[in-house]
Amino acid sequence: MIGSGKKKQNKKISANDKRKSTRAYSTDGFMDEDYSSYLKKSLEDEGIFSSEENGEANTTQGRQSQKRYTSNKQNQKRQNRKEQNVAKQDNRNVKVSVRKMQTTEEPQPMERKRGANREILVVTYIFIGLFVLLLANYTHFLFADSKTVINNTYNKRQDLLAERVIRGQILGKNGEVLAQTVEDDEGNSKRVYPYKDLFVHVVGRFDKGKTGIELSENFNLLTSNANPIEKIVNELSEKKNVGDNIVTTLDVELQKVAYNALGNHKGAVVVMEPSTGKILAMVSKPDYDPNRVTSIWEDLIEDSEKNSALINRATQGLYPPGSTFKIVTALEYMRENEKYKKFEYTCDGSITINDMKIKCYNNKVHGHLDLKTAFAKSCNATFASIGTKLSKTAWLNTCDSLLFNMDLPLPFPYKKSSYTLDTSSSDQLVAQTAIGQGNTLITPIHNALLVSAIANGGTLMKPYVVDHIENYVGDVVSKNMPSTYGSLMSSKEADVLADMMIDVVNNGTAYKLSGKKYQAAGKTGSAEFDSGSSSHAWFVGFAPADNPEIAVSIIVEGAGTGSDYAVPIAKKIMDTYFSR
Amino acid sequence: MENLVIELARYIIIILLTIYTLYCFTVFRSSDRKRQAKKFNKQIALLYVIHFICYLVLFLETKNMQLLILYMFQIAFFAIVLSVYKVVYRNLSRLVLNNMLMLLMFSFVMLTRLSISLAIKQFIIASVSLMVCLIVPLIIDKAKQLENLGLLYAVVGIGLLLVVLVFGRTQYGATNWLYFGGVGVQPSEFVKILYVFFIASLLSRNYDFRQIMKVSVLAGAHVILLVLEKDLGGALIFFITYLMMIYVASHNPLYLFAGLGGGSVAAAVAYKLFSHVRVRVMAWKDPWGHIDKEGYQITQSLFAIGTGGWFGLGLGKGLPSSIPVVESDFVFSAISEEFGGIVAFCIVLICLSCFIMFINIAMKMKRNFYKLTALGLGIVYGFQIFLTIGGVTKFIPSTGVTLPLISYGGSSVLSTIIIFCIIQGLYVRNK
Repeated sequence: MIGSGKKKQNKKISANDKRKSTRAYSTDGFMDEDYSSYLKKSLEDEGIFSSEENGEANTTQGRQSQKRYTSNKQNQKRQNRKEQNVAKQDNRNVKVSVRKMQTTEEPQPMERKRGANREILVVTYIFIGLFVLLLANYTHFLFADSKTVINNTYNKRQDLLAERVIRGQILGKNGEVLAQTVEDDEGNSKRVYPYKDLFVHVVGRFDKGKTGIELSENFNLLTSNANPIEKIVNELSEKKNVGDNIVTTLDVELQKVAYNALGNHKGAVVVMEPSTGKILAMVSKPDYDPNRVTSIWEDLIEDSEKNSALINRATQGLYPPGSTFKIVTALEYMRENEKYKKFEYTCDGSITINDMKIKCYNNKVHGHLDLKTAFAKSCNATFASIGTKLSKTAWLNTCDSLLFNMDLPLPFPYKKSSYTLDTSSSDQLVAQTAIGQGNTLITPIHNALLVSAIANGGTLMKPYVVDHIENYVGDVVSKNMPSTYGSLMSSKEADVLADMMIDVVNNGTAYKLSGKKYQAAGKTGSAEFDSGSSSHAWFVGFAPADNPEIAVSIIVEGAGTGSDYAVPIAKKIMDTYFSR
Repeated sequence: MENLVIELARYIIIILLTIYTLYCFTVFRSSDRKRQAKKFNKQIALLYVIHFICYLVLFLETKNMQLLILYMFQIAFFAIVLSVYKVVYRNLSRLVLNNMLMLLMFSFVMLTRLSISLAIKQFIIASVSLMVCLIVPLIIDKAKQLENLGLLYAVVGIGLLLVVLVFGRTQYGATNWLYFGGVGVQPSEFVKILYVFFIASLLSRNYDFRQIMKVSVLAGAHVILLVLEKDLGGALIFFITYLMMIYVASHNPLYLFAGLGGGSVAAAVAYKLFSHVRVRVMAWKDPWGHIDKEGYQITQSLFAIGTGGWFGLGLGKGLPSSIPVVESDFVFSAISEEFGGIVAFCIVLICLSCFIMFINIAMKMKRNFYKLTALGLGIVYGFQIFLTIGGVTKFIPSTGVTLPLISYGGSSVLSTIIIFCIIQGLYVRNK
């Protein structure tokens, strides 16, 4: 029996045209039963291997699963080597007798065979490593990035979500409903804005292309973080889940005051909290009622030349900054002249630069001035004169660092401000620019950021309008915390500017804000925009000056002077705020 | 009621596929053949159930009778393949067979959802391929000379690539299509196999420096031709396969490092030289900045994957058609969108399981030629998966390669099935 078995085995071996496997053990961890038993049997029948040792080597390995294999790489290698050694010791005679039976087909010694698989192992690990990284990246994307990524107008799937989720509400900071979806019995839903045109530019509209918060928070409004069990029950019973609510930082009362104060003028008002970056109010006129946008759409589009009610002037309206730019000129002067406190100038009502005459407002003769008083009285002659003496390159750098020509950290679409003075500019243009005319353009929101930074010791906080997201029963899903954008100027510079801005209120052009129980600070501006006609009325400011709680940026288009038209709006807002 | 079924189906598919994937990795824990067989049978059962549920959902949504007919044919297909292959390939790797059918099943389902005419074409191609490949074990047995034809393989391969370069038609930026009266073929998919044979054949006999140089020159010719055809993904796959095979054949890690170094240099040069490389890298780095042109495809893919989340939007409920080329390169995104991240994850693991089995089989091969062949084909398969999925998930720049077996594409399906069958054939013959 043994003899014939031998023969059979021999036949099997040579018939298969293999060289006799000189491995007495496995080097991979994937022995399946067939191969290992074949090996066992063949070597047993040759009488050169005892079953136990072989079996041990095999079954231990045979039982290892691939998963454990890859994670216990070191142990496996060690085990391999151990088994190799065990096998070597006990079966040195194996090599001898086995080799006799080797066919001479492939003259490769035992070590090489083992070696080839070692390289294969390395390759396997490399690939498994690649796959692990791949899956890690995928997982990371799904966990961390996807929420922000998919909230994009190019992602049409968001509308699919609306089929299964009732759009959430947008709320004011005290829970007032600014936007909500109302469903009638037939399942038709309509987006309703209880405050009509009051918040239309910041909250946005739903029909005819989403804007504002309706756009930027679209995905979150269509996501429901209700109780998971409730969600599954709803899904299975074909009921829609209720989307999350967006709680904004908007203060309804302040928004109303700003809205009413702006009246029938065109313009914009921005109210911010300098210490946190929260946007408390944003008004832009002309505006429209988002509830009726579909029916008045034709008018809105047609009238875009004259009225442009669709534009959010706070973020997209570019205006010459007028005298509010003297803040920048003054800052640059201080940076270039350590002895700015000793600055002196005598104003005789105007200044002539290369045949171009710049007059002070109403031809007022300011007389002998230092920097602070010139700033408070907004003397054009002084600042035009200062401008011509500034280093154009340094001035450009300062403006860049104040985010002119730069991306602004805003959570909504906006236009970049522009400042284009350079070394090739003429002195006339320099003088114009120094007083906020020339080619410089700024948006009301950017001006608000600048004044917030000054109010906050030079540090600009990132503006945001979404305070937190909560599910429809009020549990907080995520909260936005104030975060620093960066330092726009040193705190010393901010202090000096703030000081000068206090003087503007107490002794200067913003006198309508003086004598209040709160100390306000700011700068007026009257920006001319075409020769002859009236000017845009600007005011930027904050209060209380020693520990600012609100900052404002106001522009009233074509109305007149900042003192007459913008400052009173600031007063109404601040009065309301500080009467609480 | 319908909606209930469709909603429940989503969760059931996830659970079943997770179980299937777990089996892939735990089946070899027990060395008891009977237990293993049981697990394999369970896998087949899971395959049929998932297949049924998917088609049920699709039918409920579209009410298209064609679907039912296609479904019947597919059931027959699975049943026939499972039974015939076990006979022709005695003692084949059942795990590889199951995985192959599972991946094909997802391909059928997803293509049915995207476009039923594509699904039918894919089904026909798969059926024909599997029929044709029944002769593979025969060839391996009879044609002993296979391993000596190294140079012939190389010459034919380079020749085919040259033909494509000169006469080929450009699609999606790569000139790697030949059209024979309306039917498009991608010869590079088949050259892949010849290429592996050539390297395996030359290196199995002799791996001294001269031979390696010979191999390198010929392999380099392949890679350069592919680069000229702007098939960057193909060039990468060929290069990495060559590198790994050289490393394994020569047992010398120096080649590996040298190759990787050389490859990086070549990549940098390619970046400087070719604008289409720069475009792809730019689209990878910042697709959001170019969201309406170069970055459109990858951003849509990310939208799809992200909106689907872990549980998916539901079969038929997503918007996969917003992704360009979704039926071939980006089919993974469509699967992730509708079936969910868990299912997509499992599919990657199933592909990984196939790759590991291929390597395992390579390790078991006794003849060097077969060992290298199995290894080479495994790497071709594994690396292509990595490139595809990496590209659609923005892990690496998109390289324009398909997901084997799941993407639509006759040449791709046929060549992948040939690869699977060759490896099965080698595995079977080893006994």
